[in-house]
Amino acid sequence: MLEFELDGKAMQVPDGTLVIEAAHQAGIYIPHFCYHKKLSIAANCRMCLVQVEKAPKPMPACATPVTNGMKVFTHSDLAVKAQKNVMEFLLINHPLDCPICDQGGECQLQDLAVGYGSSGSRYQEKKRVVSDKDLGPLVSTDMTRCINCTRCIRFTQEIAGLMELGQAFRGDRAEVMPFIEKTVDSELSGNIIDLCPVGALTSKPFRFSARTWELARRKSVSPHDGLGSNLIVQTQHNRVMRVLPLENEQINECWLSDKERFSYEGLNSQGDNGRLTKPMVKQGGQWQEVDWNVALDYAAHALRDVAKNHGAASIGALVSPHATLEEMALSAKLMRGIGSENIDFRLRQSDFSTDGKRQGAPWLGMKVAEISALDRVLVVGSFLRKDHPLIAQRLRQTAKKGTQVSLIHAADDDLLLKLFAKAIAAPSQLPTLLAEVVKAVAELKGAATDPALAKVEAGDTAKKIATSLVSGSNVGILLGNFAQQHPQAATLNALTQQLAGLLGAKFGFLGEAANSVGGYVAAAVPFAAGMNAAAMLATPRKVYLLLGAEPELDCADGALALAAMKQASSVIMLSPFKSQAALDYADVLLPVAPFSETSGTFVNTEGRVQSFYAVTKPSGEARPAWKVLRVLGNLLELDGFGYESSEQVRDEVLGGKPEFVSGLNNSLAGVAIELAAAAGVERIADVPIHFADALARRAPALQATADAVAPTARMSAAMLTKLGVTAGEQVKVGSGGMKCPEAGTAILVAKLDSGVPDSCVRIAAAHAATAGLGAMFATVTVERA
Amino acid sequence: MLIDKNMLSEATLKKIDREVAKYPADQKQSAVMAALIFAQDEKGWLANETISLVAKYLDMPEMAVYEVASFYNMYDMQPVGKYKLTVCTNLPCALSGGVHAAEYLKGKLGIDFNETTPDGKFTLKEGECMGACGDAPVMLVNNKHMRCFMAPEEIDRLLEECK
Amino acid sequence: MALLQAINPLLSAGWQRDGHEWRLENDSGWRLKDYEARGGYQSLKKILAAKMSPDDVIAEVKKSVLRGRGGAGFPTGLKWSFMPKGSPEKYIVCNTDEGEPGTFKDRDIQRFDPHAVIEGMIIAAHAVGAARGYNYIHGEIYELYQRFEEALDEARAAGYIGQNILGSGLSFELFAHQGWGAYICGEETGLLESIEGKKGQPRYKPPFPANVGLYGKPTTINNTETFASIPYILRDGGDAFLNLGKPNNGGTKLFSVSGHVNRPGNFEVPMGTPFPKLLEMAGGMRGGRKLKAVIPGGSSAPVLPADIIMDCTLDYDSIAKAGSMFGSGAVIVMDETVCMVQALERLSWFYYEESCGQCTPCREGTGWLHKVIQRIEHGHGRPEDLDLLNDVSNNIMGRTICALGDAAALPVLSFTKHFKSEFEYHIEHKKCLVPREIQKAGSIFHTRLMAGATC
Ligand SMILES: Cc1cc2nc3c(=O)[nH]c(=O)nc-3n(C[C@H](O)[C@H](O)[C@H](O)COP(=O)(O)O)c2cc1C
Ligand code: SF4
Ligand code: FES
Repeated sequence: MLEFELDGKAMQVPDGTLVIEAAHQAGIYIPHFCYHKKLSIAANCRMCLVQVEKAPKPMPACATPVTNGMKVFTHSDLAVKAQKNVMEFLLINHPLDCPICDQGGECQLQDLAVGYGSSGSRYQEKKRVVSDKDLGPLVSTDMTRCINCTRCIRFTQEIAGLMELGQAFRGDRAEVMPFIEKTVDSELSGNIIDLCPVGALTSKPFRFSARTWELARRKSVSPHDGLGSNLIVQTQHNRVMRVLPLENEQINECWLSDKERFSYEGLNSQGDNGRLTKPMVKQGGQWQEVDWNVALDYAAHALRDVAKNHGAASIGALVSPHATLEEMALSAKLMRGIGSENIDFRLRQSDFSTDGKRQGAPWLGMKVAEISALDRVLVVGSFLRKDHPLIAQRLRQTAKKGTQVSLIHAADDDLLLKLFAKAIAAPSQLPTLLAEVVKAVAELKGAATDPALAKVEAGDTAKKIATSLVSGSNVGILLGNFAQQHPQAATLNALTQQLAGLLGAKFGFLGEAANSVGGYVAAAVPFAAGMNAAAMLATPRKVYLLLGAEPELDCADGALALAAMKQASSVIMLSPFKSQAALDYADVLLPVAPFSETSGTFVNTEGRVQSFYAVTKPSGEARPAWKVLRVLGNLLELDGFGYESSEQVRDEVLGGKPEFVSGLNNSLAGVAIELAAAAGVERIADVPIHFADALARRAPALQATADAVAPTARMSAAMLTKLGVTAGEQVKVGSGGMKCPEAGTAILVAKLDSGVPDSCVRIAAAHAATAGLGAMFATVTVERA
Repeated sequence: MLIDKNMLSEATLKKIDREVAKYPADQKQSAVMAALIFAQDEKGWLANETISLVAKYLDMPEMAVYEVASFYNMYDMQPVGKYKLTVCTNLPCALSGGVHAAEYLKGKLGIDFNETTPDGKFTLKEGECMGACGDAPVMLVNNKHMRCFMAPEEIDRLLEECK
Repeated sequence: MALLQAINPLLSAGWQRDGHEWRLENDSGWRLKDYEARGGYQSLKKILAAKMSPDDVIAEVKKSVLRGRGGAGFPTGLKWSFMPKGSPEKYIVCNTDEGEPGTFKDRDIQRFDPHAVIEGMIIAAHAVGAARGYNYIHGEIYELYQRFEEALDEARAAGYIGQNILGSGLSFELFAHQGWGAYICGEETGLLESIEGKKGQPRYKPPFPANVGLYGKPTTINNTETFASIPYILRDGGDAFLNLGKPNNGGTKLFSVSGHVNRPGNFEVPMGTPFPKLLEMAGGMRGGRKLKAVIPGGSSAPVLPADIIMDCTLDYDSIAKAGSMFGSGAVIVMDETVCMVQALERLSWFYYEESCGQCTPCREGTGWLHKVIQRIEHGHGRPEDLDLLNDVSNNIMGRTICALGDAAALPVLSFTKHFKSEFEYHIEHKKCLVPREIQKAGSIFHTRLMAGATC
């Protein structure tokens, strides 16, 4: 502890505290631009100059560590004069266009200029003009306003992991820019908008749409990946205008991924693929907009009739993992009420052999914040950067501090983090790779292994990973979306459990969706006799109840799902959105509120309960889904649907509102390990970040990013040669035909990707262009088109 | 000579390798200044493609290389003539004819600073202190060769030599 | 034939050039054999043979009161003693990025005596425990970079650098790093960034290089002349070196004299030599004209009017007392034909050009200063401009990451202070006090006096 004096008051701070941090703790504001607590110290803006006793010159508070006995004056004449002088320098070349600047009202320069600037400028020369840069569809530039604080540059380098921006040239010719003709493609790029203290970098979708002080600010929770980032949603005239991060050090820190920031555009989408704003019923092949009571009656009838005539088991419910806890719980209750156990939210999962063998709901296995404290990490089966951008960011930071991160996966994407070791192989080989690591760790530990691993021999990479893991004192193993979607997910889970046991490590799942944990808690999974998501499609049902799900894009096998929907006598869809596919196969469309228009709860991947309120009124005639389900329950004369609020539903499910849910456990009992080999060309299906859910798919700006390019057939050079195809040519991809007779073919452009293992082809899922291909995990045929 | 935009010559790469070896194994980036010098020697100037090539070879983000190329004066980010003449006009040189030498050159070549003669032979640049003020006027020929005491007769001689 | 005139030549004792043509090809005496012939590498051998401890080497250097020749004048022995003991990876860096207008001594050291720098660096490496070193060489002297590489090859072949030097167990690898045109890389942390393959933007200090230097490791960085002085200190002893000069100002020093003298060039004289003596050695005022002003320590140092400088001796204390800085020992001499507004315009242009652009006061202020001075020079000055120049300069001073900010401000403050009336005249009459033709005649190409001691 250090003792010092700040503006005349005695203070105690820990060693290494900077003056600006100490001031912050004491509630004293020191003006600053370049300093940011999450970024390295640049000390270049010089706005934070303060007086330090005995120092001949003013010192930058952001770069001056507190020392014992130091006396700091933040508002003395010397300090204020220095700050004012710096402000004058900052303003001489800054345009005075606040009235038309999008940053107006939330500009640190503007705010400070009011307090520190002088009224007239002594600078009579022509102001500098800097050309604008094209940073892509998300970030708009007005570089003449840039004050060269370099926050955005440091962000791309340090947080996003790749220096996409730099400061070129020198002196007052210095310009912040991307490499010529490159855009900023990071999945975290929107954060530079928040970081820019002036109006040089602003939100392109938001640009000129409103003045910031006219916006209402409301808290919410991100409906996308399992992290559950905290949001500030800004609204005007009952419309979401902008989304910003709500700082929460335990979860998203002060960041958002671009998906979380810009998906709100989908909330305002229109047209045949846009928002569904009126209940609709299809009669005689014709869609008709109807009143709610007509639509609900229709739906209730359909459910009741089929249950009566064909048995309730002929009804299946597919619930989006992005639905709220309350929606999931009521769907489950409704289904069980009418006598069907067929409900599932695990739409992209393909291996359900763990059902009945789980000891609890699968979860992260640790707190999100604890990830940052791990000293050894093994990630298994994850497109980490795109599936979990902010968790990837956390690992990036810990890796920089020396944490050894290793990866077992089917694709060698650049995670922009320093990997200690990586083992990349065809999807079918992942269990074996993991088994090798188990074996190697057991050998190092002198422990016995599962007899199922008798034939496994650890290769060099597995040994390297094992050595790393064994040397750690705080080890974590994380199973990604790919591992969870894998046809041998049970084996991967069981092996991980063994590995964690050997190491005394934590292990868990990186939740794919906002309610991947909540779905279990809400019991939106089939118990004993019910059918899981895959079974409901493989053995088609007569009636499907869809809640927020778009089966052809959200399920493990889009072709199979589409076929199942088409053959059903009735598809009742509760959704915020229309789609061509749904117009084709559904017969009732019930417009429900997306997350921004309803109250609800997401249980994030660490089991944290996060409830939120509606930030706007529902669009058109849309209603919160929990209310729609309540009415349906009542119409079907089911017991226990008398809820008056979504909170009541939540409290019933959770027994109140705990901070974290209980009953989380990743262990399995009685799962046999199977190490299979595959023959043929294996498909590697990623779910591209902006295709992953219905909302993101409808956000135009996100769909214009590099992350949203149409799927291609990516393969290694060897594979291209084998097929006699050159990159850029078209190939015809056919499903191996084993699992789904419905699967068709896709014509795709072949692309060289040295990160794809030989004898594999990487083809994105969750896209109309590839939905027809069938299962995400399957062998495929590839030939020149 | 045919210039391949898409690669650096073996000879250039070899020179870069020699530089890389001067630094600790994990500090390849230290060779970027030298690599850009060699790349400029080979291509005449630093086009964006060339910068990308250097970035790839040294495992650096392109922007990091661009920062370097645009920060140091002697990298040419635009095409230059066969002979780039850089004249120092700083105070010490100016006191001993630096400005006059520049004026003389401008007259002889019929171009101003930052211009290239129509035949593509000469580019004229105004330089910063070259650390040779005692030998003013000083000028650099193609960055690497310094000429001192550049009185008009000397300048004539230099132009004569530049074939 | 001696290149320069010198009193008590130490560094420049062996410098020679054959023939009259000023061409590098005409240099001789820089090779290893020549350096050895005049006693080169004897100091190193002596240290190794006597197993002189690092502490003893540092003590000797401290005794010599050698002060850094790069400009700041920090005592070298003291600087070396800041290096942490025992940490495994440390660096020695030589600063040959000489680019301060008026300074050209390091170039001649590299030209005539590269091995003195190498020997000095090896001794320094031993003293601070560094196993690797770099010599950062100014971009514009590429030919001397090549010469240094050749000298390194010679030294390597002779076993002076590399593994197990002369069987002593000491190992030291030394390399040259070529700059490419950025004055700011002369600033020591800008230089380190540059070696790391980045823009040469200075780092905020502390931490100082002795703790966090090249690649984040403890690093000692000294000027070329500083290193070149080391072998002589170890050869003759610290006391002898100190006694060449005067207390607190040890040794001899190279002075780069440029501008309106008959024989511009480098002159080695003991610290404390009266300024008029140096002027005389440089052949006196060109054309017999009257001395107007001198910038005594490189372009960043405040200018001194003739009467003040003529009373000074060449050492840190005397120059500081006169209100300027000893700096790097670069003496820019200006006679009565100089328009001080125009002279300042040239200087302020330089700092504007060379600001790295990192910190606000320097990035924005250097351009502002230049624009105001330029408008005065062009006859568009305003009465309030002198106050403005003062204000802007003072607002840059002491508010920046590195000393370039100060370097840009000091000339402005001193020119407008000592030659205020000339600026006022310019503003009022919209033209120079010194008629254009006279200025032009004064700064026309100067045919160097080739004869005599300087060639
Ligand atoms: C703007 C600026 C430019 C400098 N240029 C040089 C230079 O060209 N050569 C040099 O040796 N030192 C230069 N210095 C000083 C160095 O930062 C450093 O103090 C010096 O190299 C230390 O060596 P010394 O202790 O041997 O003098 C410069 C400093 C500043 C602020
Ligand atoms: S003072 Fe100037 S040169 Fe030095 S760091 Fe700041 S901007 Fe760069
Ligand atoms: S905040 Fe301290 S210098 Fe910018």
